[in-house]
Amino acid sequence: MSEFWDSWGGWIVVLLRCVFSVAFVMQIVPVLIWGERKGAAYVQDRPGPNRAPVDIPNPLDIPRLLGDVLAGRPLKYKPVVSLRAAGLVHTLNDVVKLAFKEDITPNHVEKFYWTIAPVIAMTIALCTFSVVPFGDTLLGYKLQVSDMDGGLLFVLAMTSLGVYGIMLAGWASNNKFSLLGGLRSSAQMVSYELAMGLSAVVVFLQAGSVSLSDIAAMQAQPLDILGVVQIPALNWTVFSPFGFLAFVLFFVSAFAETNRTPFDLPEGEAELVGGYHTEYSSFRFALFFMAEYANMVVASSVTATLFFGGYDVPFLSGETIRANADLILGVLGVAGIPAFLTFAVIAWKRQGRPFYAAIPKDDPRQNEPKFFTAVWLGAAGAHAALAAVGFMGGLTALSTWAEMPALGGDLLALVLHVTCLIVKVLMFCWVFIWVRWTLPRFRYDQLMNLGWRYMLPTALVNVFLAAGWIIVRHELFA
Amino acid sequence: MALPKPDKKLTFSESSYLIEVVKGMALTMGHVIKNILDQDRFRCVEYPDVRKEMAPRYRGAHRLMVRPDGKVKCVACMCCPTVCPAKCINIVAAEDPNDPAEKFPLSFDIDMLRCIFCGFCVEACPKDAIRMDTRIYEINAYNRQDMIHSKTYMVNLMDGQKPEARHAYRDSSASAPAGYSSDEPPVA
Repeated sequence: MSEFWDSWGGWIVVLLRCVFSVAFVMQIVPVLIWGERKGAAYVQDRPGPNRAPVDIPNPLDIPRLLGDVLAGRPLKYKPVVSLRAAGLVHTLNDVVKLAFKEDITPNHVEKFYWTIAPVIAMTIALCTFSVVPFGDTLLGYKLQVSDMDGGLLFVLAMTSLGVYGIMLAGWASNNKFSLLGGLRSSAQMVSYELAMGLSAVVVFLQAGSVSLSDIAAMQAQPLDILGVVQIPALNWTVFSPFGFLAFVLFFVSAFAETNRTPFDLPEGEAELVGGYHTEYSSFRFALFFMAEYANMVVASSVTATLFFGGYDVPFLSGETIRANADLILGVLGVAGIPAFLTFAVIAWKRQGRPFYAAIPKDDPRQNEPKFFTAVWLGAAGAHAALAAVGFMGGLTALSTWAEMPALGGDLLALVLHVTCLIVKVLMFCWVFIWVRWTLPRFRYDQLMNLGWRYMLPTALVNVFLAAGWIIVRHELFA
Repeated sequence: MALPKPDKKLTFSESSYLIEVVKGMALTMGHVIKNILDQDRFRCVEYPDVRKEMAPRYRGAHRLMVRPDGKVKCVACMCCPTVCPAKCINIVAAEDPNDPAEKFPLSFDIDMLRCIFCGFCVEACPKDAIRMDTRIYEINAYNRQDMIHSKTYMVNLMDGQKPEARHAYRDSSASAPAGYSSDEPPVA
């Protein structure tokens, strides 16, 4: 095992982290599209998407089915469960629909640029994640596609490049609405980039580095309050004296950079038809659509990394996780059991909804609550197994077996860190969705006013204050 | 660009956006949390599976009444086509060979694409021959010709065989109009 790892481990890790960084963004996108539709519905007191089903053979019917088949009885029921999964299937249907729609290329467009514009938008959205760390180390390898020294600058550069896809689409469409959308987008980008960059300056003043892995590692250190008290957590930039304002400014700018409401003037459908993607259909439109959500994921993960400790698990530093890996696995396993049992009870109780009384008794949708109860019970069982493995020292045993003493602790740290990052990213993505369904769109002059006359000066003053504070702290308390 | 003058001067909390934004977001989040906790709170009807029960006065598709001997009550007096504001009723009258004193409708067509469901035909009818008490609101067809409801269609609308009737009175056949046979099993 060890020899194999020595010769191939490096390649495997490099491959895995490249795959992970693309998969991370691409897998959250469908969840976000679902979250957007469902979130919008719940804000507006509607149930939202809940109809598209996927019919699969019902695993819960296997005993009954076997009995009937062996006894040669005719089947009086359909051994099928129709899964709607609270509307998650709608996203799948959307993708299929967009992929099979007619792909129309209008005659009046600049074909080459028009074709590459969505590709640029999507590629750049996927590239940016490569500098975001999603864990500290795995067997000595950094968990980051590329730990470049200018990591934050790379992020700023890539988010600015993201507008090229939109501008190119707007210009190449040869259509005044698209062009206006593209122009608005670029003007907006220029205005909000400054505030974004300046609020990020506060972060790298405090971390003393522009590399995102250094920034994340700095925030995983214990919090030291004026050299007096030490708290083993929450040394996140957002809790530092000028970090909160910097976070607010950065996040608001992130809304503008990702073209989300209230700054989604580039596609302002009321006045610009569809904005920059008016002329796009089929999968080209899907690329723009996915790029918007991928940008959201990237903006969220950058915000989480800069201000909320990135992969850092509060109160559990990397060293703590590695030192007590088996115990932590056991405790987490035990903690998961009641959570999933609660989900199972909720899923079971859904059978009593009026909907299930209104549809026929042999409708395959009747089996759905039972199916999900089984799924959650299975998850609870899996957690019980995890707890057993943890308390019996399974991770240590794994490390011994593989002859790599750090393996068990590193794996657990990796899982916890990635989970923590995903939770933070989803939280910020939810804020993006939440704001979209709360706030109306800005008027164009209001947008410019806010960017240039309020956010830029505030960010500038904040940088000076934060720099002053760092000097004071250094002179007085260090 | 000339900007509209604001009616009143904004207070500091209003002009700094953030506080008002947080207030608005608290409001929407309240709705989200309430809706997650209680999924039956929605006023929405999950339509093809669950059907809304219409009010007893709801004017649905027209039906024609029959006498105990099976003849339509209509005497082709032409009151309804006269009063119809949409001009959607088309009656061809004929003389009843068995009872020369009486007319009867050879054909009685209502163009449902033109009908505005005002109910004037029901009010104008001296014989209580046409009613709009079916509460059927799913009036649809694959072509325009089928949207013209004929005499036979409207006479048999409530015999419990038409899927429209079964949808309309699936949950409350007690309040169904006469002629609807409630022993019909509900359909999906």
